[in-house]
Amino acid sequence: MNFHAIRTIYLAEMQRTLRTLGQSVVSPVISTSLYFVVFGSAIGSRITEVQGVSYGAFIVPGLIMLSLMTQSISNASFAIYFPKFIGTMYELLSAPVSFVEIVGAYVGAAATKSAVLGLIILATSTLFVPLHIAHPFWMIAFLLLTAITFSLFGFIIGIWADNFEKLTVVPLLIVTPLTFLGGTFYSIDMLPPFWQKVTLLDPVVYLVSGFRWSFYDKADVSVGLSLLMVGVFLAICIAIVAWIFKTGYRLKS
Amino acid sequence: MPGGKLLVNRPALRTKDLLLSQSVISIEGLNKTYDSGFVALDHVDLEVPPGEIFALLGPNGAGKTTLINIVCGIVNPTSGTVKAGGFDVIRQFRAARERIGLVPQELTVEPFAKVWSTVKFSRGLFGKAKNDQHIERVLKDLSLWDKRDSLTKELSGGMKRRVMIAKALAHEPEILFLDEPTAGVDVELRRSMWNVVRRLREHGVTIVLTTHYLEEAEMMADRIGVIQEGRIALVERKTALMEKLGVKRLTLKLAGPMGQIPESLAPHELALTDDRLGLIYTYNAATGDSGIKQLFRDLTAADVAFTDVDTKQSSLEEIFVDLIGSQKEDA
Repeated sequence: MNFHAIRTIYLAEMQRTLRTLGQSVVSPVISTSLYFVVFGSAIGSRITEVQGVSYGAFIVPGLIMLSLMTQSISNASFAIYFPKFIGTMYELLSAPVSFVEIVGAYVGAAATKSAVLGLIILATSTLFVPLHIAHPFWMIAFLLLTAITFSLFGFIIGIWADNFEKLTVVPLLIVTPLTFLGGTFYSIDMLPPFWQKVTLLDPVVYLVSGFRWSFYDKADVSVGLSLLMVGVFLAICIAIVAWIFKTGYRLKS
Repeated sequence: MPGGKLLVNRPALRTKDLLLSQSVISIEGLNKTYDSGFVALDHVDLEVPPGEIFALLGPNGAGKTTLINIVCGIVNPTSGTVKAGGFDVIRQFRAARERIGLVPQELTVEPFAKVWSTVKFSRGLFGKAKNDQHIERVLKDLSLWDKRDSLTKELSGGMKRRVMIAKALAHEPEILFLDEPTAGVDVELRRSMWNVVRRLREHGVTIVLTTHYLEEAEMMADRIGVIQEGRIALVERKTALMEKLGVKRLTLKLAGPMGQIPESLAPHELALTDDRLGLIYTYNAATGDSGIKQLFRDLTAADVAFTDVDTKQSSLEEIFVDLIGSQKEDA
């Protein structure tokens, strides 16, 4: 195992975050704060409680998940796409590092960044609403699992993309709609019966539900099913990444 | 650029060591066919001994970069075996790649990184422990020390090229691939890079370079390989190649302009210069009888007066052009 290489890539990626602190951390925190103002205060004042939790507090797990997923994808996809774009990928491919080490370093850095961001948003939310975390261990577990899974997903997008449009098309056209439909701002039992069934096809529902359960001990779907879905998505991402590196897809000719 | 310093912490190889040691790069039956069906490499065999400067010449699309990229692990071979430092580049990729440094053709450096950090990154990526002294030495040898805190995007093209060399040397490689290292580089920088390459060789680094500047190969290389349409057309020691294929040109400066070459001189296949004040005789110095003696006899007999004589060995560029031309005709 080339630990020097893993450490080098990991630290370089973390330093890139520090160089772009405004874009990486401040911007999502401001956006999330605005969500609290708009949804928590403006709309939330008209919705008293959801599942026995004040609306402002109810949306906290969903908002953290929203940032966690979008930032994980964005961090990892950009991290691996950028060397392809500027042509420095040659160095990575010619270095004595295995693909597992490359993925570990890039995904580890992307997941770290988004998990830290998730915790910052959690801390920010305490400025707006009183928070209670029923299952702190599972909250951290869901946070990390989601960060790793979506960072892997972002890594795949970064490898697949051969232009900036493709880099943003999946997050914008697929992930964001799925996130909004996935119960970020509402409980799915507030939807008409037909749409309740449709949303069960949305993997984000299981993530948000599980994460929300870790806060308030209340879930739209069972916690076991949420964990299973995260596990399945993680396994699918790992399988795709393994295939990419076995075939050299979009990396080696 | 300061001279005499060490870019690589390795004792210089002695001639005896060179003779006794095995090839540091060994390529056998290497083939590469891209998905498009384009055959980039066709049964390439090549051995490069340690400490050699090997120049790989060939026209655009001949397969030079593909060959380098396969050795470095960037392109997958279709078939064949490649060893670097005695290690298979696929099955023992870690050991093989640790020994290799690559300076690719394109100017590609992380634009928002500082010179120091990008060179340090390369060392870590190749699994080497932190060694700021070595990085400092490399940067000083490449005249980059003053630019160590500059962002690479702020550097000139020549400086960026040096940064790429510094990155390739950061992990103290035994083999250095320089793919068109001086493309787009001014004459002064080109010459200073040649000095760097020579110093690396003095310290045991094997260097494989591709170039379009035949002057570069002529000045630097120990051996020259010519690749054309994916096949190695020839591999020769530079001096032997120039002796074997190089023709000499003898120019006689005439006492006055000549209207037509006398019939009696026809067997010598002479040519008149454009100003008609010179006669050109070409011959192969390696064939033993140059024919010069007979030429001078015939010139005297034809009463041709000349005031000066000049001879010139054909350059590597002329040899290369002739070689590629004759192979196309054969095909």
